[in-house]
Amino acid sequence: MQGKCGLFFESYREEAALLVGGFQKARFAALLVVLCVCPFVLNAYHLSILILINIAVVGAVSLNLLTGMCGQISLGHGAFLGVGAYACGALTLQGVPFLVALPAAGCITAATGMLFGIPSLRLKGIYLAIATLAAQLILQYIFLHWDAVTGGSIGLALDPPSIAGMTFDTDEKMFYLTLGVAMVMLVMASNLMRSRHGRAFVAIRDFYLSAEIVGVNLFAYKLMAFAVSSFMAGVAGGLWGHYLQFVTPEPFGLGLSISYLAMCIIGGLGSIQGAVFGAIFLTLLPEVLTWLLEVGSAVFPGASQYLVAAKEGVFGLVLVLFLIFEPEGLQRRWRLFKAWCKLFPFAY
Amino acid sequence: MEYYLQLVINGLVVGSIYALVALGFVVIYKATKVVNFAQGELVMVGAYACFSLTVEMQLPFLLSFLMTLGFSVVLGLAIERLVLRPMIGEPIISVVMVTIGLSSILKSLVQMFWGTQIQVYPQVLPQEPYFVMGVPVAPVYIAAFVLSALLFAIFSVFFKYSRLGVAMRATALDQCAAASMGIGIKSIFALSWCIAAVVSSVGGVILGNINGINAQLGHLGLKVFPAVILGGLDSLLGAALGGIVIGVLENVCDGAAKQLLGLGGFKEVAAFIVLVIILMVKPYGFFGTKQIERV
Repeated sequence: MQGKCGLFFESYREEAALLVGGFQKARFAALLVVLCVCPFVLNAYHLSILILINIAVVGAVSLNLLTGMCGQISLGHGAFLGVGAYACGALTLQGVPFLVALPAAGCITAATGMLFGIPSLRLKGIYLAIATLAAQLILQYIFLHWDAVTGGSIGLALDPPSIAGMTFDTDEKMFYLTLGVAMVMLVMASNLMRSRHGRAFVAIRDFYLSAEIVGVNLFAYKLMAFAVSSFMAGVAGGLWGHYLQFVTPEPFGLGLSISYLAMCIIGGLGSIQGAVFGAIFLTLLPEVLTWLLEVGSAVFPGASQYLVAAKEGVFGLVLVLFLIFEPEGLQRRWRLFKAWCKLFPFAY
Repeated sequence: MEYYLQLVINGLVVGSIYALVALGFVVIYKATKVVNFAQGELVMVGAYACFSLTVEMQLPFLLSFLMTLGFSVVLGLAIERLVLRPMIGEPIISVVMVTIGLSSILKSLVQMFWGTQIQVYPQVLPQEPYFVMGVPVAPVYIAAFVLSALLFAIFSVFFKYSRLGVAMRATALDQCAAASMGIGIKSIFALSWCIAAVVSSVGGVILGNINGINAQLGHLGLKVFPAVILGGLDSLLGAALGGIVIGVLENVCDGAAKQLLGLGGFKEVAAFIVLVIILMVKPYGFFGTKQIERV
């Protein structure tokens, strides 16, 4: 954290605080207030996008822990979300209360993630990416064919989640639920990153050999990264399944894994804030595109038939352009913007 | 028994196409250390280009086939220059993601121009089957196998004896040393993308003649990974062998799973289960260069 003018730390505890100084605290509080007011102001469509953003934030932050912080490329994250969705769904269908089922689904996903993380102990870089790709396809096959638990291609139909007698059956209530979970997960991830374990992750990412030499147990920490990351992915999946009230294998394909990786890249690898930006950006992108094509079809009739193809193409284009021109992602742009604000009238 | 023989023969044909696509993948990986996730999309674009020349422009098949190859050369050059050149020296994840982004772009272009329906090539080869060991085999299958074998032979000779081939191998071995011997590294990179695009489009045309083409053809690119990992990521011989082994294996496993266990669609995962096992046991495959390193 770069020091500001007039900000002096007198203890390590102060320096490690999540929000430094009054302005940051005020800004965060303002953000929370705005978010809490949202359901009263926005219409149902915009609210549903916000809910999807909340869920995507959890997913993207979890992948950024694994890929951005610990340097383990995973192409199987979409399937991990799927494991969470199916586990949470199957548990609540058995009568387990939602408040228990969600963390339990996270734990089941963590176990799955650790299982598929074992190859990471022997494999690096591209080999690991291919191994997790295999995990993705194998898990997808299990979703589709383990009829007894997953309902096969028909899927699972779920009730809206309920906690202590309160049923989250409207989008407003669901928004607060997802927002709450997202906040808890964000705090969890930020806390992890300023702890000893988080620094061990970063050490492994930067150079595994020196990490091992300074005493980081690669075996334990890589597995831990997989476990924590898949736990959060499982929670995101569980939320998503319950929000849609329907779990089928289709959404949890390779495309989802890729879009989560893209969120991390576009937002900024290795930064929690970046993952949040990336999640917001990539969830809004298709919606903006839909709107643009609707407007465009007034001028060019038939433009909307290209919607599916255009979404895919624009996604690819954005990803490629970001990688070539801004590999550090939106998070760097935000930093530059903040610096610009600070210096505003006199740029130097 | 005939059932399994039929499966093996189907597997050989599919495997020879995997081998072709894997060849393109390995050429790129060997020369530039780029793992190309857009290999399947190169296959698809080649197949659609040839389709539109033969069907929509009514050109004779052979002519449009040659024009497709020319188109692929241009495509390969453009991709290398516009997308991959700026990524030299970037971390692995960026390079992987850039090829994934590329595959999205190619997929969406194909969908915009040709839609998502399945398209069928006109009949080029005769219909009557030949009999191989008492099993009927369509001529197009034999042509596919022979064409793949031919391409492999050509490329083996090319890499072994031609100046350019030797230059490519030198670049793969040590870029610095190659550059100091007067080899243009950038042109080698461009050439390897050209070769990859050309062999992929040949694979696409063959596939189009067998099954017809649709916008899902790009999924083929994923099957390349088991093949190249089995053979070793940087070995041409490995790509050929890996492709054929994976093709046969997945067809036989699929048939056996259907007959013995009643499981459908096992084809999709069989290759990947094999992949995980290989990665755990012998990560550098049959012929890959071993990097001795404790992880």
